[in-house]
Amino acid sequence: MGLIDLFQKTRETSMEMKPQEDAGVKVVTCKGCGAELKAYAYGKNLYVCPHCGRYGRLLARTRIRQIADKDTFQALNESLAPADPIDFPGYADKAAQLSEKLGMPDAVLTGVCKIGGTEACIGVMDSHFMMASMGSVVGEKLTRLFEYATEKALPVVLFTCSGGARMQEGMFSLLQMAKVSAAARRHSDAGLLYITVLTDPTTGGVTASFAMLGDIILAEPRTTIGFAGRRVIEGTIGETLPDDFQSSEFLLSHGFCDKIVPRNQLKSTLEKLLKMHRQPKPKKRQVRRA
Amino acid sequence: MMSKPASEKMRIIHDPKRPVIDDYITELFDDFIELHGDREFAEDHAICAGVGLFCGTPVTVIGHRKGKTTEENLAANFGMAHPEGYRKALRLAHQAEKFGRPVFCFVDTPGAFCGVGAEERGQGEAIARCLYEFIELRTPVISIVTGEGGSGGALALAVADRVLMLENALYSVISPRGCASILWKDPTREAEAADTLRITAEDLREFGMIEGIVPEGVTNAQMMRNIKRALSDTLAELNAEPDMDTMLKKRYEKFRKIGVFRDNQEFEGV
Repeated sequence: MGLIDLFQKTRETSMEMKPQEDAGVKVVTCKGCGAELKAYAYGKNLYVCPHCGRYGRLLARTRIRQIADKDTFQALNESLAPADPIDFPGYADKAAQLSEKLGMPDAVLTGVCKIGGTEACIGVMDSHFMMASMGSVVGEKLTRLFEYATEKALPVVLFTCSGGARMQEGMFSLLQMAKVSAAARRHSDAGLLYITVLTDPTTGGVTASFAMLGDIILAEPRTTIGFAGRRVIEGTIGETLPDDFQSSEFLLSHGFCDKIVPRNQLKSTLEKLLKMHRQPKPKKRQVRRA
Repeated sequence: MMSKPASEKMRIIHDPKRPVIDDYITELFDDFIELHGDREFAEDHAICAGVGLFCGTPVTVIGHRKGKTTEENLAANFGMAHPEGYRKALRLAHQAEKFGRPVFCFVDTPGAFCGVGAEERGQGEAIARCLYEFIELRTPVISIVTGEGGSGGALALAVADRVLMLENALYSVISPRGCASILWKDPTREAEAADTLRITAEDLREFGMIEGIVPEGVTNAQMMRNIKRALSDTLAELNAEPDMDTMLKKRYEKFRKIGVFRDNQEFEGV
């Protein structure tokens, strides 16, 4: 079973993935406006539709290619793969299939890289893997990333997206929220910088933990960010919510996000922020000659 | 003791006669003064918090509030807190730290409230902040799940040195009904989901996620005596820690080790 099967199966992911991973595909259709886009040009435009401005959801490795300086990324803990801690029906098969299709064992890629010459730990969640729900692997890899960053005195940049906790792992998934937040706290107490970049969609347990704990919280435009699902709230109040509810713009206006940054400015913005937070080198003592 | 399946416990904890936080406070504390408000936005009746005397020792009490009548339940929003509820909890936790009081959390909620105001005021941020602060709170923290431990809204009050559960309490990442409707598109398969999710006190102790199960006995009076003894023993254990840094290190390690995954075909963790 190859990548192509996944594309045929769900239209939802096909738009995002074809041009990134399949060199044979020449034309893709924008899910937002239906425009036919040349795959190469779409990729060059960072997977933003030039007609309607819709942001395609990125594979984790595509995001890293866009953000990290060329050839500087080194993955950490790549071998961690999901187990099936509560024998949840169908989970092990589903995870194994996705892992084969996407070439990554779970929903997050972590490692170290340079961004504009500054060394940083980076983690990118990938919505193509079970909507980047957080189970033990996501929790463990992010925790190890924070621990590594604390030990090496490096900043952490996390690109979040998630449907929330991975219910197929039961309580193991819920407690990852506490585990990652605790590691983020230790990193912070060491005086180190943590930047989160909220991407589409960041919801549930990830919003209610490390996504909201950055020293600086950035977001891509028109991204869905929230705690509860939109339909759950609509069901509770019995009315339809406005389009911009739970968008990054909504978050910014309510004071829960520092800045909305267009995709083509993300790398340069991160470069500047990382530079501004570089630890000052200890000043050389002036030795007065006698 | 044969443990009951989660689906049966679900019926027990939804019994309208099951004690609620006001009952626990009346029975377990010699005195209690409720304190209100988050000092930022509002008072949230879904969280009850204040200072009480436990066997003569002042402690800070924080818990989800449910009622017994429909009116009481509406006033308390059925134990589903808004962001201001979690911010009040955090304010009082910091106050406890300042005055060197232990914190007792009573967890009983279907989950954090899902609504427009909750989103506008940062429900996610409020819960995240609880996890971030409780992990380093420099005073002993004991949480006891007394009924429903519903997802992030429960976890916000359960980052503690010791987490206990009443025998029939449940603690889950998602309500069984929610799980059934999302995964199987059929909310009526709630009981099946409850039994699949492994959410009983026995399950969670096996996973190393909680430290103790409090037997409920036959009468409410027996249950209250058992809770009181469990809290008092647990507090004594924490008071016996050599210093705060040791206690915080253990608190961190307890959450740090949770997770099951494969690494080069080898199983790790738990």
